[in-house]
Amino acid sequence: MAFFERWVLTIILFWPLLASLWVLLIPKEQEDRIRRVSIWMSVVPLVLAAVLFVDYGTRFLGGTGGIQYEVQVTWIPQLGASYHIGADALSVPLIFLTALLTTLSLYYSARVIKHRVKEYFFLFLLLETGMFGVFMALDLVLFYVFWEVGLVPMFFLIGIWGHENRMYASLKFFLYTLVGSVAMLLAFLALYFKTGTFDIVKLTEMRPFADDIVRASLVFFGIFLGLAIKVPSWPFHTWLPDAHTEAPTAGSVILAGILLKLGAYGFLRILLPILPSAFAYWGFLMVILGVISIVYGAFVCMAQTDLKRLIAYSSVSHMGYVMLGLGAAGVALTGSVPWLASKDSAALAMDGAMLQMFNHGIITGALFFLVGILYERAHTRDLTAFGGLSAKLPYYYGIFMVAGFASLGLPGLAGFWSEFFVFRGAFDIVRIWAAIGAIGVVVTAGYILWRIVANVFLGEFNEERWGNKLWDMVGYEKATLWPLILIMFFLGLYPTPLVNFFNSAAVELLTKAGFMF
Amino acid sequence: MDTLLVLIPALPFLAFITIVLVTNHDKRLSASLTIGATALSWLLGWYFAFRALLHPEHYAEHPMAWTVPWFPGGHTVFVTGFQVDLLTAAMLFMVPFLCLLIFIYSLGYMEGDPRFSRFFAYLALFATGMLGFILADNMLLAFIFWELMGVCSYLLIGFWSFRKPGETHIDHAQVERARRASLKAFITTRVGDTVMLAGMVLLYAMTGSLRWSEVLAPHTLERLAEQMTQMPVFGDVRWATLLAILVFWGAIGKSAQFPLHVWLPDAMEGPTPVSALIHAATMVSAGVYLIIRTFPLFHVVAHGHNGAMWFVAFIGTFTALFAATIGVAQFDIKRVLAYSTISQLGYMFAALGIGAYVAAAFHLLMHAFFKALLFLGSGSVIHAMHHGHHVAHEHAHGEEDLGGLEFNPNDMRFMGGLMKKMPITAWTFIAGGLSLAAFPIITAGFWSKDEILAEAWHNGHMWVFWTLAVAAFLTAFYTGRQIFMTFFGEPRTEAARHAHESPKTMTYPLIILAVFAIAGGWVGIPETFPGLGPLVKGWFQSVMEIQAEALHIHMEPVPFNPVPALISMTMALGGLLVAWLIYGTRPLGFEDPLERPLNGLWQVLYHKYWIDEIYQGTIIAFAKWFAVFLYKVDDVWIIDPLVDKVGRFGRWLAFSTRRFVDEQIIDRLVNLTAWVSNVLGEWFRQIQTGQVQNYLLAIALTVTVLLLLTVF
Repeated sequence: MAFFERWVLTIILFWPLLASLWVLLIPKEQEDRIRRVSIWMSVVPLVLAAVLFVDYGTRFLGGTGGIQYEVQVTWIPQLGASYHIGADALSVPLIFLTALLTTLSLYYSARVIKHRVKEYFFLFLLLETGMFGVFMALDLVLFYVFWEVGLVPMFFLIGIWGHENRMYASLKFFLYTLVGSVAMLLAFLALYFKTGTFDIVKLTEMRPFADDIVRASLVFFGIFLGLAIKVPSWPFHTWLPDAHTEAPTAGSVILAGILLKLGAYGFLRILLPILPSAFAYWGFLMVILGVISIVYGAFVCMAQTDLKRLIAYSSVSHMGYVMLGLGAAGVALTGSVPWLASKDSAALAMDGAMLQMFNHGIITGALFFLVGILYERAHTRDLTAFGGLSAKLPYYYGIFMVAGFASLGLPGLAGFWSEFFVFRGAFDIVRIWAAIGAIGVVVTAGYILWRIVANVFLGEFNEERWGNKLWDMVGYEKATLWPLILIMFFLGLYPTPLVNFFNSAAVELLTKAGFMF
Repeated sequence: MDTLLVLIPALPFLAFITIVLVTNHDKRLSASLTIGATALSWLLGWYFAFRALLHPEHYAEHPMAWTVPWFPGGHTVFVTGFQVDLLTAAMLFMVPFLCLLIFIYSLGYMEGDPRFSRFFAYLALFATGMLGFILADNMLLAFIFWELMGVCSYLLIGFWSFRKPGETHIDHAQVERARRASLKAFITTRVGDTVMLAGMVLLYAMTGSLRWSEVLAPHTLERLAEQMTQMPVFGDVRWATLLAILVFWGAIGKSAQFPLHVWLPDAMEGPTPVSALIHAATMVSAGVYLIIRTFPLFHVVAHGHNGAMWFVAFIGTFTALFAATIGVAQFDIKRVLAYSTISQLGYMFAALGIGAYVAAAFHLLMHAFFKALLFLGSGSVIHAMHHGHHVAHEHAHGEEDLGGLEFNPNDMRFMGGLMKKMPITAWTFIAGGLSLAAFPIITAGFWSKDEILAEAWHNGHMWVFWTLAVAAFLTAFYTGRQIFMTFFGEPRTEAARHAHESPKTMTYPLIILAVFAIAGGWVGIPETFPGLGPLVKGWFQSVMEIQAEALHIHMEPVPFNPVPALISMTMALGGLLVAWLIYGTRPLGFEDPLERPLNGLWQVLYHKYWIDEIYQGTIIAFAKWFAVFLYKVDDVWIIDPLVDKVGRFGRWLAFSTRRFVDEQIIDRLVNLTAWVSNVLGEWFRQIQTGQVQNYLLAIALTVTVLLLLTVF
């Protein structure tokens, strides 16, 4: 047990890196071997992440909670930076999500990626280590390193295996995110100079700049910029549609499924615990940005003709719920919400934000897979080019409808719970803004059903153009989608396991930030 | 035993899953699964319903229940489950029974459809939605099932919204209409649902619970009625009023009340059994049930102006009349029924708005029976017209003159004289029609509608009473018009001449429903009604009053008053009489006898007050424009170009740095150093002659100079 606790995170974290090195050693002609090795190697962290989920859930949840499986080893003593990792009720589900989506992506890519196979799988596994690292790091330097490690492989994934306009998109993605990262790095340095440490746990206890809102805000916005670009929150979102549209299918899945969550995760792991006063002070700004993202993103979706671009914009809208939930919790944290009816609202808004991080990963991941499946056959993303597919591809239609309805927040599927919790919290804390945000719910139904389903699946099938060029889902595609579909159903009816995790995390974060329940 | 409650919604759901995943290639098996599962749910449902209804005192206070903890939120745990109290029991009497009859009917109606299995899968899911909704013991679980119904209605209304080339059972126009109608249904109801969601989360925030038993507990409600909140525009509002109105918007959407009524008439683009399901057993009834269920929340503001009740009464009353007027000028047999549904639902909301809790529940149940009957009957008629049209087409000699109109099996102008062709359908339809028209004494519809009018009169809501009375006249009129146009006179087309009775799977459900449409109302003959009253003693009312008492709503029994009763009878009989005079006494052509005399007014009614066009031109047009506008702002005009500009500025900066700083200064400096060394090198090269004599000379000179320097 002691061995497990000490090593499990490290093994999960570096296993994909090891795998990527193994891939490097395989001659590039042996493509099948590369594919097999990558997929099977990625199963190991997936299994471990599942064990981690169960282990944390049974042993710590409802009890001690907090950060577990901690490891701290001196790394760069001159900087006071250490290899400090750990996982709590917030990161454990996200680690599982990362492992799951990566394995599915590798499995799907094995059938789809035909050229430069070796580099592809090498980069993908490297990417996984980067993402795990962000979710585990408890040291700002370590966090930053992994943050950037995640950036580089994605740049190449888009730039090499992307579509027509891939160079522009990958550069834009890279530079835009880098600008944010640099601002974040500067803010980290400011924290370091103030306190002399990069350790997140220590910084949480110290709460630097607690009584200096001006400096706290400066640091806050440095980090905020880095995170908000990654989320992405309006108005820093325009790299996303390009990156998504041009990325290969699995790249889009990981981008939407995990990379966006890194930003949201940063809010909860760094901004809220270390700078609670600034987080509360600027909570209202986050509410506004969140609501704008929700409504604006949803409307922009209605004007899209490119299927992938549409889903990319829907990510902007859906990540807006995360911002709204976080912001509402921040506003509640100020303690000056006289109309607050229930103390639980702050925790519930935050639960909603966390749930949305997970659910959006599952749902949008599935949607990007589905769009990729169609693109593989039709070689177009123009949604007006289709019609009547439900008669011709009933299986695909059925799966797409589940994912689509989950995306529009249909009760009984996973997506509903995030919206419900966010609104449950936000309507109590920032009523008018929550009400404006609710417009997004209707518009979302509009773009999913009117824009996508009515154009692609309903109406007449164009036999002349598509004839036998489109066929229904085949084995490996079904196998890729079914895990995600089952999770949507399961969490839709019984969100309890996930809510248990996130609620415990939210209560703990808020209590530590000084919220009086 | 109470755990078996779970099975009632679960069985149809299992049928759905099994059909979708396993049996969808076997039509007979799929249909059997749906019908078998629904039959079991029906038996179970009736077991629980009768158990509750036969021991009303006990179950009003202590519902049968099954609960399970659901999820934590903050520091509280949300508990969920199913329950049966008297209200649920009353619904449980109606819903699974109607579903079952409709499903059996569908066997005949959908025969030969290439998507037969899919249809029965959706039906099963729809039954799941409604059964789960009425059984849910909290608003959140109810909301899940509520939206599930929304999805099912979307799928079923749009059942014919796609086709492969070569599928000839539906035509292109129908595909397009179904596509539009399904979207419209989902999005319109979603508008209401979103407002309801806001109400629900606020209710949850205010009370810390969404369980009916806790939310509707008297002390909770009194607190909500006393606390005020600040609203923009409206100023100070009681929480109870605000929450009630927000929740009511969900019902406005689902039960198709003005201004969200537009989806329901179009919903008939689905196969007819779906219309019966939506209009009677499930969807629209759900909205009324929701308000009956949450009635204490509306009712609690006892003193002063109760905005929520007033709002409900206004919407209901207005819609009752508004929809009835439209029903007068429609030709599509299902469209007439659709507007009658909207109108009758308006009655129920009007009843709730004036506090007539029992009357609303009564009318809800009675309406479900006769409206299911009418829709299935109209389906039978359409089925027959469709086949008649095909048969006539095969023997046709040249084109038939239809007065310049295109043939449509739904259009009543092309019917006539169907009584002789399909007597079972005709007689059962007439039974349902009379019930809708509230034909006095014998029909169910009379007893339930009369009770609403009597309450309105008794409680002094004269504007409600007279509006509803006028609507009652119109209802009787358009129902009579429908019956006379369809079944009486002579067949006006070849299709009607070749129509024949539908198969037994379709007619038997009609006969069973006809019995309920007439006799069902007798359980609710008020005790005070002269002659018949003492026989029944208002059994239904007494049961529901026990339920109301348990919710701390005090119901005054309404004493019998001949005035409103006579007015309501006059309206019903008068409407039928006028319809007979206009449509029953002379042969009809393809033009409505009222079309010319009413002229402008007719056009207004025929076009449904142009509400659809107004929405299309305002809200929808704006949304579309706004979407494109924002997209332009985002990608073309402002935000992304700005990002690109920053990027380009960076590149420009880099290039300029290279050109002006790097190339001009730094590089030149570097080059300068290189040049200098070069020059120096060139220069020094001169002395590198490679001749030893020169070097020796240089050494000698240097040594000499150095020596001289050290000496002096």
